[in-house]
Amino acid sequence: MLPTDFALQVRGVTKSFGANTVLRGIDLDVPRGKVVALIGPSGSGKTTMLRSLNGLEIPDAGSVTVGAGATSGLPALSVDFSTPVSKKARAEQISLLRDRSAMVFQQYNLFPHMTVLQNVIEGPVQVQKRPREEVIAEAEALLARVGLADKRDSYPFELSGGQQQRVGIVRALALKPQLLLFDEPTSSLDPELVDDVLAVIKELAEEGWTMVIVTHELAFARQMADEVVFMDGGVVVERGPASQVLRKPQEERTQAFVRRLLHEL
Amino acid sequence: MDFSLFWSSLGPLLLGAIKGTIPLTLASFALGLMIALVIAVMRISPNKLASAVARVYISVIRGTPLLVQLFVIFYGLPAVGVKIDPWPSAIIAFSLNVGGYAAEIIRAAILSVPRGQWEAGHMIGMSRNQALVRIILPQAARVSVPPLSNTFISLVKDTSLASLILVTEMFRVAQQVAAFSQEFMLLYLEAALIYWVICLILSTAQTSLEKRLDRYVAH
Ligand SMILES: Nc1ncnc2c1ncn2[C@@H]1O[C@H](COP(=O)(O)OP(=O)(O)OP(=O)(O)O)[C@@H](O)[C@H]1O
Ligand SMILES: [Mg+2]
Repeated sequence: MLPTDFALQVRGVTKSFGANTVLRGIDLDVPRGKVVALIGPSGSGKTTMLRSLNGLEIPDAGSVTVGAGATSGLPALSVDFSTPVSKKARAEQISLLRDRSAMVFQQYNLFPHMTVLQNVIEGPVQVQKRPREEVIAEAEALLARVGLADKRDSYPFELSGGQQQRVGIVRALALKPQLLLFDEPTSSLDPELVDDVLAVIKELAEEGWTMVIVTHELAFARQMADEVVFMDGGVVVERGPASQVLRKPQEERTQAFVRRLLHEL
Repeated sequence: MDFSLFWSSLGPLLLGAIKGTIPLTLASFALGLMIALVIAVMRISPNKLASAVARVYISVIRGTPLLVQLFVIFYGLPAVGVKIDPWPSAIIAFSLNVGGYAAEIIRAAILSVPRGQWEAGHMIGMSRNQALVRIILPQAARVSVPPLSNTFISLVKDTSLASLILVTEMFRVAQQVAAFSQEFMLLYLEAALIYWVICLILSTAQTSLEKRLDRYVAH
C-alpha cells in the first residue's frame, strides 16, 4: 500500500532512443508538498526522466503513479508502461497523466504570437474549458505575484529572459497541476536574472507545491530541495536529504560530480 | 502604332481584368490555399497513407505543366464523359495547381516552427490538432507569407492561360482587340502593363501584411 500523502511514485522506468539506452530502471518517490532535485552530469537522463512524467517522452517500461489530488479530489492515477496497449489507449493514458503535472521549460517555450495573458490562459480556457473571466482573474493575480502585472499585454519578445521564465512558471501554475516540473529553469538566463526566478520557485516550495526540479545550481538545490537525487548513466546513483547528498556524498561518482561543480563556481 | 487605340482599348482590357483575371485569381487562390492546407497537414501526418497520397499529389502537380493540367480538365475530361464549362475548368485547374505548390510552402513553414512549441502545446494539454491550429499554424502563417505571395503573383499571370480554354479574361480581350485592329504589339504591351501594375499593387499589399504579422517578432 502507498502512503496517502504521496504525490509521485516512479518504478523501474526505462527508455531507449534507438540503441542508446538513456534510462535504466529509475525509481522516484516524491511525497506530497516536497521538492525533489534531480542532479547529474550531462546526458545522464534527467531531462528524459522529467519529460516522461509529462508524457513528452513515453517510457519503454516501468510505471508512473501520481497520487490523489489534494484539492481537485481526483483519484490516484497509475500508468504502467510495461503492459502493451493499443496506440490509442496509450495516448489516452498519456493525456490523463499530462493533466496532473505542468512543466517549465529550459528555453521557456512561450507562445510568441500570444500576449503574456493569452499565454497563461490558453490552457485553462481552450483545453480545460474553464470560464474565461475566472481564468483571467486568476492569471492576473498570478502575474502580479511574480511582479509582472504590468506585462500582461506584452508579447514574449518584449520581455527579458527572467521575465519570460516567470511567465512560463505562471503558465504552469494556471493549469492547477498537482505536480510542477522544472527542467533547468535558470540555465538559459543571464546570471543577474537568475535570482528573480529562483525566488519565485522558492516561494512556491514554501507554499507547499510538489516539485521535481532538474538543476545544476547546487546552492539552490541545497536550500530548496527536501531530497536530492543524483543520476548518472541512466540510473539513480545516490539519493537522500540535500544536506547529505551534497555535503557528504557516499558514492564515489556523486563525490566526483559535486566536487567538479563546486570547483567550477 | 495607333495610340488612340491604347486609350480606347483600356476600358475593355480593364473590364477583362475586373471580370476575368481578378476573380479567377481570387477564387483559385482561396480554394488552392484550402487544398494546400489539407495536403500539407496530410503530408506531415504520422498516418503513412495520408502522407503518401499527399506526396504523390504534390509530385504530380509540380511535375506537369499547368497548361497540360488545364487542357486535361477542359479538353480531356469530356472524352470520359465529364464536361466542365470554361470558368469552372479554369478554377479547378488553377486551384489544384496552387494547392500543390502552396502545400510545400505550408509544410516547410510548419516544420520551421521549433519543436518546443509543439511540446508547450502538449504540456498545456492540447491534442496534436489543437496544437496545430492554435499554436503552430499562426506561427507558420508569418513564415509563409513571402513565398505564398510569390505563388499568388505567379497565379495572376498564369490566369492568362485560361484564354486558351475560352475564358474571357484580360488576355483574351487583348487577343480579340489585337486580331480585330491588327495592332498586336500595342495590345500585348498594354496587357503586359496592366499585369505589371496589378503585381506592383500586390507586392505593396504583401509588405504591409508582413508588417502586420510582424507585431510579435523582435526587430
Ligand atoms: N529525442 C531524443 N532522441 C534521441 N536521443 C535523445 C533524445 N532525447 C535525449 N536523447 C539522448 O538521451 C541522453 C540523455 O539525454 P537527457 O537530455 O535526458 O540528459 P540530461 O541529463 O538532461 O543532460 P543535460 O544535463 O545535458 O541536460 C543523451 O545521450 C541524449 O543525446
Ligand atoms: Mg537536460
